[in-house]
Amino acid sequence: MAQRKPMTMAQKILAAHTGREHLSVGELVDVPVDMVLANDITAPIAINEFARLGVDEVFDRERIALVPDHFAPNKDIKSAEQCKQMREFAQRYGIVHYFEVGRMGIEHALLPQEGLVLPGDVVVGADSHTCTYGAVGAFATGMGSTDIAVAMATGSIWMRVPSTIKIVYSGERRPWVGGKDLILHTIGLIGVDGARYQAIEFCGPAIETLSMDNRLTMSNMAIEAGAKAGMFAPDAITEAYVSSRAKRSCRPTCADADAEYERVIEIDVSAIEPTVSFPHLPSNARPLSQVGQVKIDQAVIGSCTNGRWEDLVQAAEILKGRQVHPDVRCIVIPGTQEIYLEAVRGGLAETFVRAGAVFSTPTCGPCLGGYMGVLAAGERCISTTNRNFVGRMGHVDSEVYLAGPAIAAASAVLGYIGGPEQLGR
Amino acid sequence: MTLEGRVWKYGDNIDTDAIIPARYLNTSSEAELAAHCMEDWDTSFVANVQPGDIVVAGKNFGCGSSREHAPVALKASGIACVVAETFARIFYRNALNIGLPILECPEAAQATLAGHTLEIDLSAGRIRNVDTGQTYQSTPYPEFMLALIEAGGLVEYTRRKLAEDHG
Ligand code: SF4
Repeated sequence: MAQRKPMTMAQKILAAHTGREHLSVGELVDVPVDMVLANDITAPIAINEFARLGVDEVFDRERIALVPDHFAPNKDIKSAEQCKQMREFAQRYGIVHYFEVGRMGIEHALLPQEGLVLPGDVVVGADSHTCTYGAVGAFATGMGSTDIAVAMATGSIWMRVPSTIKIVYSGERRPWVGGKDLILHTIGLIGVDGARYQAIEFCGPAIETLSMDNRLTMSNMAIEAGAKAGMFAPDAITEAYVSSRAKRSCRPTCADADAEYERVIEIDVSAIEPTVSFPHLPSNARPLSQVGQVKIDQAVIGSCTNGRWEDLVQAAEILKGRQVHPDVRCIVIPGTQEIYLEAVRGGLAETFVRAGAVFSTPTCGPCLGGYMGVLAAGERCISTTNRNFVGRMGHVDSEVYLAGPAIAAASAVLGYIGGPEQLGR
Repeated sequence: MTLEGRVWKYGDNIDTDAIIPARYLNTSSEAELAAHCMEDWDTSFVANVQPGDIVVAGKNFGCGSSREHAPVALKASGIACVVAETFARIFYRNALNIGLPILECPEAAQATLAGHTLEIDLSAGRIRNVDTGQTYQSTPYPEFMLALIEAGGLVEYTRRKLAEDHG
């Protein structure tokens, strides 16, 4: 019998899709995809390129998701035109998973929730945070609009099989430390290009007990370390999350025990404090105790990183019965309509409004400096989003500090960056 | 194919928000994108960039979002080629897909200064600094990538492939 060559999760998923026994790191392959995604800012270019391909139908009407979320509900006339172009494309080609305003959500909160991305899938999206779906065990990666045009037409796309970094988390998490703190700490450790061209496998005992919402937060930010994908091996938590949502079969895939990794990094989570990334790179991570006195003008709780149910619950727990600091605008944006409705039903919406916060319909809005919370010169924002580049949320002289929902909510009350433990009561 | 152009030099981790701020992503018009290229990072770029100019940068150029608007804005500004120590993965794909030549060459990127003139032989991957006389060899493209570049980008490449499959 031929010797079996061990493979990582990325190798195995890509091999299964290309019908190969084995795929080696560095091989260029044409990979059939399970789901293709675009949004209101990347779809227009993809649609124009699609037209140039000269095909008259998409590869599969049920395997394409189009989500108006970045500048939608339309923030201005140009955004309205872009959304219109995407809507008309969806109508013309009979795209099943087109999500209209009022029925949508931020794409990376929405697709897992709707069971459209599953363990063992290959997913490509014209959005860099497509890597979020690694949390459910998919090989998911962001690409540009032209790539997505080709994927929509042919159902496959070229890829290079990446090497993989294995990150092993052990130990007990401290209070108020969640997926966001783990990933900010990790990016601080390996840098914004620490996993460039590579896949990451998040594993270890501290990961095995981590909830799906927290896993989604971690996979979401794999791109902030330059990674092609950031994956969790499917387990009981994955199964519990996926089983009620999936409408098709899937092929859960784990790495071979003896797979070869580019690097293995061990992290003891018991040493990790709530973490804040300073401007202007996600890798400028500091433990909360070393943040010092940073006065803020705005706190944003939401986005594809931390706009999920558990994030809102955590923020509400802190804001309940308290008031947002008089000098701070606090903006809470649920990831999807389903989460929004849950927040209304569960009384969270009332908690936010009574605390003096904005509670908005789902949108990317302020995360990319679009609308609904753009910063003026000199303003500082603590944000549960994923990027703090120069000018990301507004004026080039504004500053974004990244953190999890507990820190963002506590900071909104304090008026400066701090944790729930500083709130007293 | 040989290019010659004057250099705009930038540092490490130039992200896609620096190349084209997200507030301009409500359009895909090349001219409009070019009109705001690099503006948050370098206010002199739009006013002074000349067709044929070359961008030289440090590590991880084009990190951040997947917006193809970034290489489109550079190309539409007249930038003929980007040389960097390394590129972020998605930017690398996007640039080749839309036909903006890019070369990875740490030695050349480090030694080149703003205002220098570079002469670049794209097919050989050779870079010559006209001001210092130094020459450098960039990392060669894999064969598939060369085919992509030769076809003029991914759309043309795929068109041909589809025509073959159906023909
Ligand atoms: S919430 Fe922010 S990071 Fe996420 S998809 Fe929207 S713009 Fe991108």
